[in-house]
Amino acid sequence: MDFSDINFSLLIASLIVAATPILLAALGELITEKSGVLNLGVEGMMIFGAISGFIVTIETKNPWLGFLCSCVGGMLLASIFAVVTQIFRANQVASGLALTLFGLGLSALLGQSYTGIKPVAFPDMHIPILADIPIIGIILFQHDFIVYFSIFAVIFVYFLFRNSHFGLIIKAIGENHDSAHALGYKVILIRFFTILIGGAFAGLGGGYLSLVRVPQWTEGMTAGAGWIALALVVFASWQPFRLLIGAYIFGGITLLQLNLQALGLEINVALLSMSPYLVTIGVLVFMSARRNKNSLEAPRSLGKTFFGL
Amino acid sequence: MPNKNIILKIEGISKEYPTVKANDYVSLDLEYGKIQALLGENGAGKSTLVKIVYGLVKPDHGKMYLNGVEYRPKGPQDARSKGVGMVFQHFSLFDALTVFENIALGLDKNLKKNELKKRILDVSKEYGLSISLDKIVGNLSAGERQRIEIIRCLLLNPKIMIMDEPTSVLTPGEVSDLFSVLKKLSNAGMSILYISHKLEEIRTLCTKATIMRRGQVVKKCDPQNISTSKIAEEMVGTSFSSPKKSKFKKGKECLKINNLSFKPLDPFGIPIRNLNLKIHHGEILGIGGVAGNGQEEFLSLLSGELKPTNGSLLFDGIDITKFNVVERRNKGLLTAPEERLGHAAVPVMTLTENCLITAEHRMNLSKKGFIDYESSKKLSDEIIKKLDVRTSGSDALARSLSGGNLQKFVIGRELIQNPKIFIVNQPTWGVDAAAASSIRQQILDLAKDGAAVIVISQDLDELLEISDVFCALVGGQLSSPENTSELNPSKLGMLISNSKE
Repeated sequence: MDFSDINFSLLIASLIVAATPILLAALGELITEKSGVLNLGVEGMMIFGAISGFIVTIETKNPWLGFLCSCVGGMLLASIFAVVTQIFRANQVASGLALTLFGLGLSALLGQSYTGIKPVAFPDMHIPILADIPIIGIILFQHDFIVYFSIFAVIFVYFLFRNSHFGLIIKAIGENHDSAHALGYKVILIRFFTILIGGAFAGLGGGYLSLVRVPQWTEGMTAGAGWIALALVVFASWQPFRLLIGAYIFGGITLLQLNLQALGLEINVALLSMSPYLVTIGVLVFMSARRNKNSLEAPRSLGKTFFGL
Repeated sequence: MPNKNIILKIEGISKEYPTVKANDYVSLDLEYGKIQALLGENGAGKSTLVKIVYGLVKPDHGKMYLNGVEYRPKGPQDARSKGVGMVFQHFSLFDALTVFENIALGLDKNLKKNELKKRILDVSKEYGLSISLDKIVGNLSAGERQRIEIIRCLLLNPKIMIMDEPTSVLTPGEVSDLFSVLKKLSNAGMSILYISHKLEEIRTLCTKATIMRRGQVVKKCDPQNISTSKIAEEMVGTSFSSPKKSKFKKGKECLKINNLSFKPLDPFGIPIRNLNLKIHHGEILGIGGVAGNGQEEFLSLLSGELKPTNGSLLFDGIDITKFNVVERRNKGLLTAPEERLGHAAVPVMTLTENCLITAEHRMNLSKKGFIDYESSKKLSDEIIKKLDVRTSGSDALARSLSGGNLQKFVIGRELIQNPKIFIVNQPTWGVDAAAASSIRQQILDLAKDGAAVIVISQDLDELLEISDVFCALVGGQLSSPENTSELNPSKLGMLISNSKE
């Protein structure tokens, strides 16, 4: 066995690509959950975003438009969830599960004539000067726009919840919707908004999967990525930077185990395939076990329906 | 004819909910710089009225005038901008956020962090309301939480401040601090609408009172010139007898608690530290203290819902430390927790089913795993009759009962099982005066028949009235027992606010 076949800076660069869909979806779900809404439809929104973006890219030959439509597709599905849970006050868990099934089915139907086609390539953006730094340049500065966007989004969300008044209102609604209502905040309206944002992020993550990561359309191609994203949010204890670490660990181990499989390592393939899940959960549990007990709990109103006046 | 002294005039406000007329043609005047009391039992419609004033609820009929101009708030934000502020009964604070974040949330304008900090410190200095901004609210005492609410309200420079049952969760020391702040505010020209069902505090604080019963205003008076018992009668609507205590005969030892300790998993839970206690048959032990000092944990440790990390329980000479809830019940240790809906009773089950939940084994309500519905129904009918529970029958869902009636049922359910020791948390919380008095009488009768009773309560008057021995539970620790007959209110106040370091 020869480890020198693995180029580590390339490996790290591609793990970032592998992690981006999950990171985006998880970040969207984090915003939604911060406002106290549990949307289990991430998988459905992701795959619907994947097919929406894919179809538009194929038809228009413009991947930028494709990514935009991924977002819109995710939001479209999220808006169904928002109407059902916020206006008709249906149970969030059941509605989210239904959304996933609906998204999987609908995308399979829409994508029937699009299997096996390759979309227009999405260009990488080499950052001048920085991209030429050895090793680090390859790892960090030779990616495409969406990867940079996802990292900036993490930073943005971090400051949103740490410093901004609007972030504080979202947090307050997620903590205690009755109190927030008593103070005069529009619980339903803001939840509607965060659900849509969550949908847009999940859709974008799905689009990245079908347009860059794979890039192709296959039925059910998200293969559980939405569920991983959901789990990441919990294990990262609703902290954007932990989410980033978690997503990259997951992406990294996924790639590493694929490489190891290719090298013909004598470990059962099934064991290798499950390793990303185990390691990610292990690391995040370890991190959250030592957390400051007060500040990092789940939003208290998470998953509860608001029946205010 | 507009009166210049009146800042808020409420005229003929009505509000009807599907099952109840919460406000029926209510009128009220609030004068400049005065503290006006709004009195009534729970469910009299006080909270609905102030929610209307604060814009949270829209009235069906009636008008309000603020400074002579018609006032129709679209929502709390609108009310606040017109100078009406409110301090809530169950504090509208966010446990996981810091003090500063909580205050910032209550303000509509988006101020710069440092500017806001400065203003908060100014206000807290001016009225002597000390707080520290970076603490997490979940760890604060009720008094500290209330200070946050008051500061949040004051930062908006309100002309009217509504206070909904502000003292129900405070220690006597905190209450007197609050009163001096309120007096300072009213001297500075603030009008305060003060809601309460505690008569003594109204007498010390207010010069005008409006009494409500079943949604209607029944009397307007000056509380200084009217006896407390007269006010109480107006609030309840009938006169009622206060419970009679017979002479206390101390029997043999019933329950002995040795070094009981408990470390909670819940980050906001209260650890119980080295409790030692003896209680005898025929004795009523009162445990006083402000909510959140370990009352719930203490009760759950005795009922068997929580396992202690250390220590032991001896019940009539048997070590029951390892017994589970059912085994303890079978031995005759019965409990009634504070939370009626969701802990003591299942809201969506009928009274018969709720009766089964605790009485199944002790009253033989099942045979070989099959429920004997007939005898369960008979038993719950008996409870309803004995405690005078107002309900459509034993088939009614628990949540359809009013708080007081459900409380009577929940307590009656335990009493009918002839406990050897009965432990109850907040037996009369949120119960009207007449029902409270009958519940207390039941507890006294139980002790007279030789059972030991532990009453955990935040109502110190209640404990003084019925208990033989008193302990204070503060920060998960018990003070040494004192004979109630040798206690006075100020001594009590010291005991329950003690050792807060």
